[in-house]
Amino acid sequence: MLLSLQDATVRFGGRPVLDAVGLDVAEHEIVCVLGPSGSGKSTLLRVVAGLQPLDGGLVSLDGRDQSGVPAHKRGVGLMFQDHQLFPQRDVGGNVAFGLRMHGTSRPQQQERVRELLDLVGLPGAARRAVASLSGGEQQRVALARALAPRPRLLMLDEPLGQLDRSLRERLVVELRELFGRLGTTVLAVTHDQGEAFALADRVVVMRDGRIAQSGTPLEVWQRPADAFVARFLGFDNVVEGTVAGQAADTPWGKLPVPENAAQGARTLLVRPAGVRLVEAGEGLPCTVAARTFRGTHVAVRLQPEDAPRLEAACALQDAPEAGERVGVEFDAAEVVVLD
Amino acid sequence: MSAARLGLMAVPVAFFALFFAWPVAAIVARGLKVDGAWQFGRIADVVTQPDIRHVLWFTTWQALASTALTLLIALPGAYVFARFDFSGKQVLRAVVTVPFVLPTVVVGTAFLALVGRGGLLDELWGVRLDTTVWAILLAHVFFNYAVVVRTVGGLWAQLDPRQEEAARMLGASPLRAWRKVTLPALAPAVAAAALMVFLFTFTSFGVVQILGGPTFSTLEVEIYRQTSEIFDLSTAAVLTIVQFVAVGAILAVHAWTVRRRETALRLVDASVTARRPRGAREWGLLAGVLATVAVLLVLPLAVLVQRSLGTADFGYYRALTHEDGGTFLVPPIEAIGNSLQYAVAATAIAVVIGGLAAAALARRDAGRLVRGFDALLMLPLGVSAVTVGFGFLIALDEPPLDLRSSWILVPLAQALVGAPFVVRTMLPVLRAVDARLREAAAVLGASPWRVWREVDLPLVRRALLVAAGFAFAVSLGEFGATVFIARADRPTLPVAVARLLGRPGELNYGQAMALSTILMVVCAVALLVLERLRTDRTGEF
Repeated sequence: MLLSLQDATVRFGGRPVLDAVGLDVAEHEIVCVLGPSGSGKSTLLRVVAGLQPLDGGLVSLDGRDQSGVPAHKRGVGLMFQDHQLFPQRDVGGNVAFGLRMHGTSRPQQQERVRELLDLVGLPGAARRAVASLSGGEQQRVALARALAPRPRLLMLDEPLGQLDRSLRERLVVELRELFGRLGTTVLAVTHDQGEAFALADRVVVMRDGRIAQSGTPLEVWQRPADAFVARFLGFDNVVEGTVAGQAADTPWGKLPVPENAAQGARTLLVRPAGVRLVEAGEGLPCTVAARTFRGTHVAVRLQPEDAPRLEAACALQDAPEAGERVGVEFDAAEVVVLD
Repeated sequence: MSAARLGLMAVPVAFFALFFAWPVAAIVARGLKVDGAWQFGRIADVVTQPDIRHVLWFTTWQALASTALTLLIALPGAYVFARFDFSGKQVLRAVVTVPFVLPTVVVGTAFLALVGRGGLLDELWGVRLDTTVWAILLAHVFFNYAVVVRTVGGLWAQLDPRQEEAARMLGASPLRAWRKVTLPALAPAVAAAALMVFLFTFTSFGVVQILGGPTFSTLEVEIYRQTSEIFDLSTAAVLTIVQFVAVGAILAVHAWTVRRRETALRLVDASVTARRPRGAREWGLLAGVLATVAVLLVLPLAVLVQRSLGTADFGYYRALTHEDGGTFLVPPIEAIGNSLQYAVAATAIAVVIGGLAAAALARRDAGRLVRGFDALLMLPLGVSAVTVGFGFLIALDEPPLDLRSSWILVPLAQALVGAPFVVRTMLPVLRAVDARLREAAAVLGASPWRVWREVDLPLVRRALLVAAGFAFAVSLGEFGATVFIARADRPTLPVAVARLLGRPGELNYGQAMALSTILMVVCAVALLVLERLRTDRTGEF
């Protein structure tokens, strides 16, 4: 393993921010840590970088224990959330900084700076002032600066956090392509699930300093480990119920569940696509509370009598008006029995 | 505490222990130890003497009166500087600040030339103020005008006017909006400025020494008199202790108000809040402030220059180059060279000591202990130069540390007074350096030393220059400490001026004016260079 954390623990004033975290990252792997703010994901990066001392546990790189190794000797790269470009240096000076620190000769520095600026799509920008760059350009320079000394592990803290949506979606694809081509090992953290799923080979969901789930984007998306992960991924149809055979007893009535589902008292997730609208009088009677246009579909918020609200996804032409009364049936294929 | 911080703090701590704490301890021992036994009753004995009680009373009430008068005169100025935009504002800002860095001796001399015997007012209307307390009070206002305009005006300019507008939209009258929104935001800054002025006037030495005559004497002057005229070191020591305690209390209150001032205010860029004055009332206010500045700040200095040119062909200036055998063993003009040499040495010491202290204080994880150190660093500034000089005199004159005959004694004392200015100037800038910028450099492979050189130094280079300039100006004008320890054959400019004033005769008087003018020009040039360098106007000085 290139990077390995064992029982990594950090406490701020007695409160654990990282709570016995274990994580392995293999060479050439892109791992994305996903979690809400305050879940400890930035602290995780700082621990690996050597900027935050551990209160317990172990960080090793290439199998070597890193305790007592200061940040500047770890040979890892970190791209900060707000880039932290050096304001008094130009673009070239920023990119060359790590090379200078490692004693690279001047001609080699210039060569590498040119190469990296080409790579991140800013050819010939070496003499530009940092203040004159747009947000996206700053992000590219920060990336070039982090890559320049060829770190064995590149860490990204909310790499696209401050950029606008369309730029973010374009850059995330570029980043994945670039890392694939360079074979870079990457550990990124983000609170944006779309970003994590688009970038990562493996997603690690964090909650309150602990790892809640780890798996490929598809695994995590299809089978969230628990109600927290499901809600964090944006699924709101989460309900308690009792599973018996091929059906579950819930406040929304009897739900069909897939074969071989775990039995007994469980938390269930119904994906919006599995909530089918039918004529009023059939299935679970509901009132349409609100509808939100989502581009490819319409999200319809439904209020059953004496039960929590439900979200359904339906095609634009089928979407009922707010206040209409409808019936609801469920698809077994879109129902997931959690834990 | 990290090893790095300990290393940074070791040098300043050792410096302050050796050259401040130890002399102060020596003063305490000298004042309260009689035949090897502690006699705390000495304090009561001394302060109940009628003439000492008179000094204490005068010191306190003149400081209160000076503070009130300064606020009254300077607050309209603070408002005008903060909210109005007019041509020549930059120049005026520099003019207002010049007095603050002028040596007390120069100011005393200037007021003597304006309101003293044979002064401008005496010649025109036969009015003399140098026998009244007014000369002292006006000189104190002259000095501290800039303190109020800078601290209060600096914050006022950054208060968002939209806060008041929001209050107006909610139904408050203009006066009510000001009273309920602006005044509470401003109050801590006013309190901090008032305390600063009170502190400076409470420990006033040079001004009172020159303008007070035999009638008026502050604690500082009394300590000096007891030491150098009556040779009662024990009484001087007790008075120093009394002053030390009073100043410590004032500084503690000041630290508290400063911390309150830092509480969350919404600040905006000062350049967007100022506008052209509107209507007769606002133009009248501006004219009033300009007139005040002209009469109170510019006129005394103009008179000083005019008096120094009293005889034909720069007679007083040329007289400075002659040895007169009496007051000086050397021509007074040599004081310029002495002052410059001392100032260079003192600046170097102050920048190293203050810079290291600021670097230690600026680190993020600064705890309680470090904040205490911060307050300790301010002590020499407030504790008054006379304490420093007196302490040097009685503590550093015997083995193991006998520096009495060494030239370095004077720069050391001046650096002690200058170092707090360096810390105050550097600290806000160092604190403003984003810690993650340092982390970014570290992750890219920079060792802690390289991080400092590559990240911190380029960002604080300008502040370092400003700090050095301040230390230089402070050292040039330093009088209270230097007068104790400067050797007779190597006087500094302020010491030479005071000595000339202490002697009778037209020529000595004229030479004092000439030497003061030279000192003023040197300091003003230093300040104008600083003003050009300075970008951030939120500092305390």
